[in-house]
Amino acid sequence: MVRKLSILLIALLTVSLLISGCTPAASDETAAEEDVIKIGVFEPMTGANAAGGELEVEGIRLANRLYPEVLGKKVDLVIVDNKSDAVEAASAAALLVEKEQVAAIIGSWGSSFSMAAGDVIKDKVPTVGASCTNPLVTQGNDWYFRVCFIDPFQGKVMATYSYENLGARKAAIIQEVNNDYAIGLAKFYTDAFKELTGDGDAIVSVANYNTGDQDFNAQLTNIKSANPDVIFAPGNFTESALIVKQAKQLGIDVPIIGGDTYETPEFVDIGGEAVEGCVFSTFFTSETPITAESETFLEEYRAEYGKEPAAVTALAYDAYILILDAIERAGSTDPVALRDALAETEGFEGAAGIITLDENGDAVKNAVIKQVKNGEFVYMDTIEPR
Amino acid sequence: MTFDVFLQHLTNGISLGSLYALVAIGYTMVYGILRLINFAHGDIFMMATYFTFYSIVIFGVPWYAAFLAVIVVTGALGIVLETSAYRPLRDAPRISIMISAIGASFLLENLAIVIFGGRPKAFPAPDFFTEVIRFGTVAIQRLTFIIPVMTLVLLFVLLYLINNTKSGMAMRAVSKDYETSRLMGVDVNRTISVTFGIGSMLAAVGGIMWGMKFPQIQPLMGVMPGIKCFIAAVIGGIGNIHGAVIGGFVLGLAEILLIAFLPDLTGYRDAFAFILLIIVLLLRPTGIMGEKIAEKV
Repeated sequence: MVRKLSILLIALLTVSLLISGCTPAASDETAAEEDVIKIGVFEPMTGANAAGGELEVEGIRLANRLYPEVLGKKVDLVIVDNKSDAVEAASAAALLVEKEQVAAIIGSWGSSFSMAAGDVIKDKVPTVGASCTNPLVTQGNDWYFRVCFIDPFQGKVMATYSYENLGARKAAIIQEVNNDYAIGLAKFYTDAFKELTGDGDAIVSVANYNTGDQDFNAQLTNIKSANPDVIFAPGNFTESALIVKQAKQLGIDVPIIGGDTYETPEFVDIGGEAVEGCVFSTFFTSETPITAESETFLEEYRAEYGKEPAAVTALAYDAYILILDAIERAGSTDPVALRDALAETEGFEGAAGIITLDENGDAVKNAVIKQVKNGEFVYMDTIEPR
Repeated sequence: MTFDVFLQHLTNGISLGSLYALVAIGYTMVYGILRLINFAHGDIFMMATYFTFYSIVIFGVPWYAAFLAVIVVTGALGIVLETSAYRPLRDAPRISIMISAIGASFLLENLAIVIFGGRPKAFPAPDFFTEVIRFGTVAIQRLTFIIPVMTLVLLFVLLYLINNTKSGMAMRAVSKDYETSRLMGVDVNRTISVTFGIGSMLAAVGGIMWGMKFPQIQPLMGVMPGIKCFIAAVIGGIGNIHGAVIGGFVLGLAEILLIAFLPDLTGYRDAFAFILLIIVLLLRPTGIMGEKIAEKV
């Protein structure tokens, strides 16, 4: 009995290790390796950012279904989980580069994870980020590209919104201190807001928290006593939802605004009524399709998933079709040729807008402002770059 | 800092501290009786929040019935875990059981990822608990009053159980020397199962309260509270149930007041808890309430 039980337990433990390990979740191994082009995807599928990763994978899968071939070869996706962890992200990327030998990589939701993978993919595999907005992801790395705008622009958009639309003159910031995305965005917001108000002390309070924290009452109490007109809270969606909720419970009634990470179903699920009215900047809205590709994407996505797509889903879709386009232009999957083809991207029609990459490999695009209304993300405004 | 703000910080601290205390009681009870650090305690706590989520959201059970059912089911889960992961190792060296506990913890976490999915879910907190009551500028959730009361009630129930009942006597006997207890006719296996059952039920109560206060659940949510409550139990003197409650309050208040008075150090909140643990272990290894334990030779 004892032996049977322990054998059973050992078996269960082994299975759970296998399941949790870095094994590719969706590689359809085919016999003829040469006829297949592998595209790696590293996204957070578990952990604090799982919802974001899943939204992006939805877009990539959809794109793969619509465009399954390039140069007459079948395109296979190799999806690995980076577990919402920077160290895991580097090893997930290494797995794609070394073991799977993919032609190109897409990922990741979360600038920290993309930055952790930067050195791994450098000089080896061209990589396209979908929604990682921190400028450092592509800076000094010719092999990393992205189809979204970057945080200096996003920070400016939200600072302008605070100053002009909300009439705010004093702002407080609560940021996820170990998240490069949040720190970067908070910094750019601060710079832009100080410039707009012409007041060096316009930011009255800055509070920090760590990924995975659940109690923000102390930080929010400090912010409340500083009496800001608006609170800028860039960070992961689950923590942000809890922050807004706890702020409302503490009786803080000034607007709380944030960045693109807010646009996940969990933000509304967890935040409930408390997040009503929260405003954030994002990449794309399904209400005003921009290109012919947007129409195809929206139609297919709605048919497949029966809901409105998130902006990051459209971006991930774009990352995939951009890579396919670049492979076609390069005429091969040779890493250097593919990298150069990607770098030359100009006026490419994606689902989330026209993509032109600048000298850093960043897309120059419009930002969209959305608000939570009755549990939905409602389009408010479009802001042009510079 | 005005007095109002200080009061708000104080209530925040008490509310967090009583949650730590609630979970730490279960931790320390299992340790006190078995001398086993049950690493899976935090994960049993996580399972309880998922059970609550499924019974309320998917099966539409009213919350009071769901809470009771979840407490019972979680207790059963604790007993199953004890029978399958710890009982076979009863006569093995202590370290084997500890490794088995770590394994059980990983098993539960990964099972939860596979079964429940990695995406966080919203915990269905009944409005009755989350309603906010205002005293001037100080805002307090009703839950903030309920949790400390719950903690104290459970503390006294548990003390009564251990000191005044027959199974309690068996538990104390097993904790002193289980070979001898076995010779005296105490059913050691049953006693240990009961201990685990009660410990897991306490984890369930803690999980439900935690879920209502921080309404976001995910498979790894038990890890940090598990560690924090372990620290609380050690600060109070591990194995001592009064100590766990005191340790919980000390840790909760210390964390909040650190942020209140030194906002620049907020990012080091978790590190601060560990530093506190190290200091306690260096200066007073048996914790605030711990007695000197004579080394058995």
